[in-house]
Amino acid sequence: MMKSRPIQFHVVTRITGFIILTFSIFLFFAGHNNPGGGFIGGLMTASALVLLYLSFDVQSIKKAIPFDYTQMIAVGLAISIITGIVGMFFGFPYLTQFFDYFQLPILGETELTTALPFDLGIYLVVVGFTMLTILTIAEDEA
Amino acid sequence: METVLFIALGLMSVSVLVCTWRALIGPSMSDRVVALDTLGINLIGFIALVMMSQGTIAYSDVVLVIAVLAFIGSVAIAKFIEGGVVLDRGDH
Repeated sequence: MMKSRPIQFHVVTRITGFIILTFSIFLFFAGHNNPGGGFIGGLMTASALVLLYLSFDVQSIKKAIPFDYTQMIAVGLAISIITGIVGMFFGFPYLTQFFDYFQLPILGETELTTALPFDLGIYLVVVGFTMLTILTIAEDEA
Repeated sequence: METVLFIALGLMSVSVLVCTWRALIGPSMSDRVVALDTLGINLIGFIALVMMSQGTIAYSDVVLVIAVLAFIGSVAIAKFIEGGVVLDRGDH
């Protein structure tokens, strides 16, 4: 079977993929007080990865991004649950969130919350689940 | 300004209707794909006009998300129409 090489699509993907990844990281950190957060950030990252898989083939992307998405789901769930449990050691209910303001070197005064690691767990679960579903369907013999 | 925005919104809704009609009756698959892509772009313009009329930038994230999803959806369907295989296996 002759391989078709969509050159324009490759060039566009190399630019657009990183724009979408940057936007997903922005959405991830814009959460809690603005629209955004782990779920939609994870979906945007998954769509950037889907764009990479569409443009190149599955084998070369597997070489470039050697993540096991099953383990990614497990690690994300563990991070979320542990974040919730840590508050229980200090006598607060499960999943109590704390926040405070700190002076960071570049960002100035920043609000740091314990919802961020929880959101990181959700992010990993969403990316892992979406990519695992799409790749499992794609590898099915049609 | 308000009048101009309302006229523009009315014209955009007519355009969305025409795109929906083409997506419903389109004789071939390619017509439907192009109609849906144009509908996505129309939605982006629609949200931009709504942002202007409300004097806010709160919906700018929505514009970006719709743009990304419309692009990836169009690319995936185009690849499906062309070859029948959306994700190449890479082992042939």
